Amino acid sequence: MNGRIRTWLDARPWIWSFAAALLVWLATALVAEGRGILATLAVALQFATFYAIVGIGQMLAISAGPGNIDLSIPGVMTFAGYVAMGLMNGSDAGLAAGLAAGVAVGLAAGAFNVGLIQGLRIPPMIGTLASGFVFQSMAIAYSRTTHAAPAPALVSFSAARLLGVPVIALIFIILTALVALALNRTVFGRSVLAIGQNIRAARLAGLAVRRTLASVYVLSGLLAAIAGILLSAYSGGAALDMGADYLLMSIAVVVLGGTSIAGGQASPAGLWGAATLLDVVVTMLNVMRVGAGVRYVVTGLIIIGVLALAKGRDQAA
Amino acid sequence: MLRVGLPAVALAAMLGAIFAMQPRAMSYFGLTVLLNFTLPAIFAAMAQMAVIAVGDIDLGIGPFISLVNCIAATLLATHPLLGWLSFAALIAAYAAMGALIHLRRLPSIVVTLGASFVWLGLALLVLPSPGGAPPAWLPALLAWRPPLAPLPLLASVLLAALGEFLLMHTSYGVVLRGIGGNPRAIARAGWSLLAGRAALYALAGACGIVAGLALTGLNTAGDATVGTQYTLISIAAVIVGGGEFVGGIVTPIGTVVGAWIMLLAGSLLSFLNISTDWQLSVQGGILIVVLGLRALNRWSAA
Repeated sequence: MNGRIRTWLDARPWIWSFAAALLVWLATALVAEGRGILATLAVALQFATFYAIVGIGQMLAISAGPGNIDLSIPGVMTFAGYVAMGLMNGSDAGLAAGLAAGVAVGLAAGAFNVGLIQGLRIPPMIGTLASGFVFQSMAIAYSRTTHAAPAPALVSFSAARLLGVPVIALIFIILTALVALALNRTVFGRSVLAIGQNIRAARLAGLAVRRTLASVYVLSGLLAAIAGILLSAYSGGAALDMGADYLLMSIAVVVLGGTSIAGGQASPAGLWGAATLLDVVVTMLNVMRVGAGVRYVVTGLIIIGVLALAKGRDQAA
Repeated sequence: MLRVGLPAVALAAMLGAIFAMQPRAMSYFGLTVLLNFTLPAIFAAMAQMAVIAVGDIDLGIGPFISLVNCIAATLLATHPLLGWLSFAALIAAYAAMGALIHLRRLPSIVVTLGASFVWLGLALLVLPSPGGAPPAWLPALLAWRPPLAPLPLLASVLLAALGEFLLMHTSYGVVLRGIGGNPRAIARAGWSLLAGRAALYALAGACGIVAGLALTGLNTAGDATVGTQYTLISIAAVIVGGGEFVGGIVTPIGTVVGAWIMLLAGSLLSFLNISTDWQLSVQGGILIVVLGLRALNRWSAA
């Protein structure tokens, strides 16, 4: 019986993040004595969406095996956010152009990373770190010349609610489900996981290794750009430090969500459990009125702690 | 030879360009001004080198330097003993981080990123808004004008020589480098990989503390975000200076040269009247170009 529960749990690594999120949420409800507790969850879900969007791209990269990671996400978010907001210039007339340009930035950034990794054979960690700083400084230079304000239509879209649930959360939960399906049922998805398990075997089996890895980085760039655009709209404009937390957060939601850091196994549902967890923790600390310092310390310790415990489980299995 | 030779030539070319544009930089005083901020950078780069030597990477060194900066501008001045004790605790924390990474076989990138939040949070707790003041001896030490050569130059040469001796010419140095290159051989020879990794991380923490102290002496104030840039600078310095991300190949002399190159790239920009907005691009770009050239070199050799 015990063994069956164990097997059932091992096949569902995302359960832990949801359980932890639920516990912290209930604890918050206790601290706040039940006031505004559903509203809290809706707000947490709103911010969790931004983490989850970049988390999808990061998850695909990490699942593709050791060494694969995208550290350019904050730079891409910021640059795409600025380009999109700059073209929108606070009016709906520029909406289409802004969206198109922002998305183009994401695709180009992803392609640039592919060039570094596959063309120049720079390790992804160093290549994407360096390119991320290049994108960030492009955003800095561009920010001097522009009034980065979102189109009103995009602002209301980014904050819209359906039955109390943020609309963008719904959209990206559906997208996450599609990604989960793709990982299980499409050649692309199976290839990503196969490469993550054993790149040599994947090559010998005749999989399109280079093309698959290239798609992963382009997708990650695209998703980072979308997150940057939506986050800028939601916060009323782009900001130079808006991506700063996302380097760690994009990796944290992947790892806490149950995706194996060694690659070859992804846990898309876990992205949402982890993202919600990280947000309700912040909410709880806010309710307890501690400063930003404690928030950062606790977030960092949770990530290191969970990683150490989860890896222990992997080894025992 | 090419490993250290190429960056050295690049550095000479950069210095030549700066001296040609600004001959006054070629004096004792000019060099002091030009090179002042290389002091925190060379120690940050040494810290990063200790971690890269075992095949890991430290994405938290920048925020760590900020934390040291904040402690140095508050506790160290008001309660010196408490200040030094907290530095000792930080070194122990770095050693513990190395031990945890080894014992649990965790990816250093995630652990050090997680730690970066801890450092940033602690820095904000120590000093919520920029300000504070270091103990008087610290700025005085940084303002010291030794005979013959300016302080940053002297410190760079001494640090490079010391690092080269300890890591390249002592037997334990060879063991430490071996952990990144061939851990099984080192373990078979009876050395503790755990102790080795913890020692290198402790060394990284100690170098990070010196970097933070030097930065505080120059800025004479604390700021919880002042060190952010040193993460990129330190990684780039190690790689540009001839280090390899895989296999524990590092060179202390090259790392110091690499730190100078990254710092002078910023000065060169301002001499050329290019906005400092592009500084990150130039630093990231140098890293990409160097690694790209190395890839080309491998192709032509193969």
